[in-house]
Amino acid sequence: MKRLILISALALGTAALAASAAYNLAYADESLSVPAPPKPPVGARLLNRETAPLRPLATPPADAALAQRVAKKDSPSADDQLLLRGAYLARAGDCVACHTSKGGAPFAGGLALASPIGAIYSTNITPDKEHGIGDWSYEDFARLMRTGVTKAGYTVYPAMPYPSYSRLTDEDMQALYAYFTKAVPPSAQANRANDIPWPLSMRWPLAIWRKLFAPTPAPYAAPAGTDAQLARGAYLVEGLGHCGSCHTPRSTTMQEKSLRDDSSRLYLSGGQLVDGWSVPSLRNEHGGGIAGWSQADLVEFLRTGRNQYTASFGAMNDVIEHSMQYMTEADLNAMSRYLLSLAPRNGAEPYRYDEATATAAYEGRPQTPGAALYLDRCAACHRSNGTGYGKAFPALAGNPVLQTGDATSAIRIILQGGRQPSTDSATAGLVMAPYAQLLNDQQVAEVTSYIQTAWGNRGATVSAADVAKIRKTAKPVEDRAP
Amino acid sequence: MANKNMKAVDVVIVGFGWTGAIMAKEMTEAGQSVVALERGVYRDTYPDGAYPKTINELEYQQRFKLFQNLNKSSFTFRRKTGDSAIPYRQIAMFKPGEGVGGAGLHWSGCHWRILPEELRMRSHYEERYGKGFIPKDMTLQDWGVTYEELEPYFDFAEKMMGTSGTAYRVGGKVVDDSGNPFEANRSDNFPLPAQKEQYQAALFRKAAQQAGFHPFTLPSANASAPYVNQYGCQMGPCTFCGYCSGYACYNYSKASPNVNIMPALRKSALFELRSSCNVLRIELDSTRKKATGVTYVDANGDTVFQPANIVIASTFAYNNARLFLLSGIGKPYDPVSNTGAVGRNIAFQMMSTINAFFDPGKNINGFIGAGGNGVAVDDFNGDHMDHGPLGFVGGSPIWCNPAGAKPISGIAVPSGTPKWGRDWKRAVKASYLNTMSFDVHGANMVYRDVYVDLDPNYKDAFGQPLLRFTFDWKDNDIRMSRYVTDQAVKIAHELKAREIKVTVKDFGAAPDLRSYQTTHWAGGVAMGTDPSTSVVNRYLQSWDVHNVFAVGSGVFAQGIGYNPTGAAVALTYWSARAIREQYLKDPRPLVSA
Repeated sequence: MKRLILISALALGTAALAASAAYNLAYADESLSVPAPPKPPVGARLLNRETAPLRPLATPPADAALAQRVAKKDSPSADDQLLLRGAYLARAGDCVACHTSKGGAPFAGGLALASPIGAIYSTNITPDKEHGIGDWSYEDFARLMRTGVTKAGYTVYPAMPYPSYSRLTDEDMQALYAYFTKAVPPSAQANRANDIPWPLSMRWPLAIWRKLFAPTPAPYAAPAGTDAQLARGAYLVEGLGHCGSCHTPRSTTMQEKSLRDDSSRLYLSGGQLVDGWSVPSLRNEHGGGIAGWSQADLVEFLRTGRNQYTASFGAMNDVIEHSMQYMTEADLNAMSRYLLSLAPRNGAEPYRYDEATATAAYEGRPQTPGAALYLDRCAACHRSNGTGYGKAFPALAGNPVLQTGDATSAIRIILQGGRQPSTDSATAGLVMAPYAQLLNDQQVAEVTSYIQTAWGNRGATVSAADVAKIRKTAKPVEDRAP
Repeated sequence: MANKNMKAVDVVIVGFGWTGAIMAKEMTEAGQSVVALERGVYRDTYPDGAYPKTINELEYQQRFKLFQNLNKSSFTFRRKTGDSAIPYRQIAMFKPGEGVGGAGLHWSGCHWRILPEELRMRSHYEERYGKGFIPKDMTLQDWGVTYEELEPYFDFAEKMMGTSGTAYRVGGKVVDDSGNPFEANRSDNFPLPAQKEQYQAALFRKAAQQAGFHPFTLPSANASAPYVNQYGCQMGPCTFCGYCSGYACYNYSKASPNVNIMPALRKSALFELRSSCNVLRIELDSTRKKATGVTYVDANGDTVFQPANIVIASTFAYNNARLFLLSGIGKPYDPVSNTGAVGRNIAFQMMSTINAFFDPGKNINGFIGAGGNGVAVDDFNGDHMDHGPLGFVGGSPIWCNPAGAKPISGIAVPSGTPKWGRDWKRAVKASYLNTMSFDVHGANMVYRDVYVDLDPNYKDAFGQPLLRFTFDWKDNDIRMSRYVTDQAVKIAHELKAREIKVTVKDFGAAPDLRSYQTTHWAGGVAMGTDPSTSVVNRYLQSWDVHNVFAVGSGVFAQGIGYNPTGAAVALTYWSARAIREQYLKDPRPLVSA
C-alpha cells in the first residue's frame, strides 16, 4: 500500500513538473513513454473549434405547402413573390412562436404568455372569418401592427410588440397582410379569454399606455451616414426582430426603456430576467456583451445557436429554431453588423484568459470546494481549462453568460440542465443533464461561483440562498418527443 | 385480423437499430414516405443516457436495463437436431438489444470493415487450398458482393459514425505504417484521428511487436474529437469514462443511430417512428410473391395493419430469420434434406481470453476505458496466414480492448483465488490496478447442422413461436481458436507478467449459455448468388418476395473475425443504393436467379 502511494505521488509530482514535455511515468517498465497531454491555451480562445459549412435555407414547416406550390411553377408570379416575401417576413418577426400553441395549428393562437397580471392568450391570426382575421382589411391589419389597436377598437397588451412593428415599411406590411390572409391555412380555433382578473382586465388603461409610451408609428428611416447594410440591420433588429422585447430593460410601467439606439445606450443592454433567465446585453461591450465577437461569429450564433464562445439556451432557443435559422445570410450579416455597431454602455474591461485556475485544475489541485466539484462533475465536458469542446460542449472561459453581476442563468442551467437548439444547419440539440438532484444549494452556489470567476471570468459569486430561490421554479430539461 | 388499418406509406421498416435508421435516412432522402416500427421503447441520449444516472453498473450491466426483456420474448437452444431445446431464461451468453437505437445505442463502438476474402470464402479457399480443403459439412458460400463494391459504403459509414483510427493504405499508397498492414485498400482516411492509446494497450503493442507481429490501433466509433457528420449530427469527444457496452453514452461520443442519424431524420416530414410496436409478420398477397405491408401490435395492444410498397426487415441479427419464417417468406431450411435457406448459415463468435497479472505498482488503471479503443493484431485473421499446414478454415484478430474495468464485473483475480472471503479481497486489491487482458475474437464458420427454426413448444407473449437455435461448437473453429490463442500467448510472454491465465475452449466444449461471449450472431437470412442456399440476393432483396429487403448481420453467409456492425452497416448502405437507383425506378427482382 505504501509503495502504491509513493509511486502515485511520484507520478503526480512528475506530471506536475513536466506538463509541457513528454514524460516518463514511474512505472516498473520505464522504457514506455506516453505522449504529453495537450497544453491549455494561453490568453486565447478556443483552438479546437471545427466549422461545419452552413447549409442552404430550409423551408419552415408552416410554409411547406406554399413552397411546394411555387416550386411546381417555372417562375413565381408577382402574387407568389408577395406571399413568399410575407412568409419570410413573418419568420423574421417570429409570429409563429407566440401565435401557435403547443401542438396547435400554426398561427391559430392559444399560447399562454405570462404577464405580471395574469396569463394572456395569443389570438388566432389565420384568415378564418369568424375566429381569425379573415375579414380584416389591410388598414385594419396595419393599424393593429403599428398601434396595437384591434379592428374591434380595443388596444392589445404590449406582449404584442407593436411598438417595434410600428416601423415597418408599407411594402413589408402589404406582404405580411397578403401572407396572413392568403397563404396561411384558416383554422377555426376560437380565441381564449385572458386569465386576468377584473379590474385588471379592463382594456382602457392600455390605450393610455399606448398614448404615453408607444412611438408614433412611422416607417424606419435610416439616420444620415448609414449605409444600406447597416440600415437593413437596424430595420430588422428594431422592427420585426423585436429583439428589444427581451433584451432592452423595461420600466415599472413595462415599456422598453428605449426602442432604438440613442445616447442612453439602454437599447439592448440586457440585465433583466425574462422567463427566469438573465438576459444578456447585445451591445458591443465586454462584461457580458458581444465585444470580441466577429460578425461571422454572430451570424453563426443566430443561425445555429452556437459559436466558439457560447451556446444558446432557454427562451433564445425558440427564436433560433423558429425564426433566425430561416433568415438569409445577407440579413443575418446586416443584423450582426448593426448589433456590433452598438457602443458599449457598461465600461467593462476586456476578458483576459487566466491560466492559473486551468493549471491548478489540470494538475488535480482544486483550490476551493467549487473547483473540486467542477473537476468531478463538469470538467469532463467543459474541460479543466474551461474551453469546452468545439460546438459540442460550450466554453465557459470567456462565455458572456458568466461575466455579469447576475448569475441566474448559470444557476438555472446547472439545476435544470439545458438543450441546444436544433436547426437545419445543426440538427443535433445536445442536452446537458440536470444537476438539481445531485447537488444541494450550497454545492450549486460553490460551483457556480467557481465558473463565474475561474479562467479570468468576471462574474459575481452567489450564495446558497440565491440558488434556493431559483430552485423553486427549476424544472428538468424536457425530453424531446420521439 | 387487424382491428386498425393505417394510411399506406412507401416504405415500412421493421426494427429501428443501425440498419433500420440508415434505411429510413436513405429512403426519406429518396423522397419515400417511411414508417419505422420498433418493438422496444423510445430512447435517446437524454434522458436514457443522462449523466450521472447512466453511470450505474448495477442497473445497466448487471440488471440489463437497456436489453430485451426475456419474459416477453426469448429463444430456445439445443446442441443438435433431435434434442429438445430449452429456453434462454436469463441474459448471459449474449445480450439481445431492443429499443429505439437498438443494440446500436449500447454497443461498444468497435467499427471494423470486413476482409475481402471473408466475402467470398468458398471461392477464395478453393482457389488457394484446393477444392477438398473446406470440409463437406461446412456450408460456406460466396456472399455475392466484393470488397471493392462495398468500399465506398464502408467509407461513408465511417464518416457517418465519426470513426477514429489510423489508416495504413489510402488510394493504393501506404500513408502510415503504424496502421494495419493487412488491411484492404481504402479510398480515404478515417474522419477522425485515432483515440489516445491507453497504457495496457501500449504494453500490448510493444509486446506484440517484440513477438514479431504487426499491432495497430483499433478503429473506434468513440469519437476522438468533437465531430459533425454528413447529416449535420454533432458528436462530443470520448472522455474514456469506461461505461460503454450496455450503456447509452452521456457524452454524445459513442456513435449510435440516436446521435448520428435521428436528429436529421426528425427534420424530415416523410419520416414517422412508432415505438412499442411489435411486428407480428410481413403480410403477403395471394400470389405470396408480393408483400402488402406488416401487421403489428401497438402499445395499446391493438393489432394494426400498416400497408406499404416496400418492407425492410431490419430486426436484430437472427430475428430476421424468425420474421421470414413467421411470414412464410422463402423456404424454411431443413437440415435433414438440406433444402430451403431460411434459418441456415447461423454463426456466432469463437472467443478466448488471456489475463495477465502483474505485481503491485504496474498501475494499469483499467477503470479508464472506451469501448472501441485499443490495439489489435491481424496476423492470424482471415487468410493472412498459410492455412495449408494448419488444418482449419477461418481466423481471428487478437486485440487488447480496454473498455473500462468496472467495480462489479471488472474484478479479475488469478487462478486458484477463492471465490469469497479475506483471500479473495486481498487478491482483488492486489489485482485490480495491476491486471490487463486481451482477447482472441474468432470467426465462426457455418455448418449443415447449425441453424435456427421455429420452436414447436415455446411461444412468446404475442403467442408466436420462439426462435430455436440448434447450435454447437465445431472442431474446426476450436482448432482455429486454440491455434491463434497459442500465438496470443507469445504476446503474453513478452509482457513479462507475474502470471498469465488463458481461457480457451477444449474440443467437445458445449456452448455455455451462462457465460458471456459476445452478441455477434450472424446468418439466418444469408445473402448469396444461389437461391437454393441463400435467402436474399447480393442487394439483400428477398429471392422470393421482391419488395422485401433484409438488412443486418442476419445476411452474413458466415461469421467474420471482426465485430459485425461495420459490415452490416456498409451492406445496408449498399442495399439502399440499389433500392434508390434500381428498384424504385422499376420494382422487380434485381438479380435473375
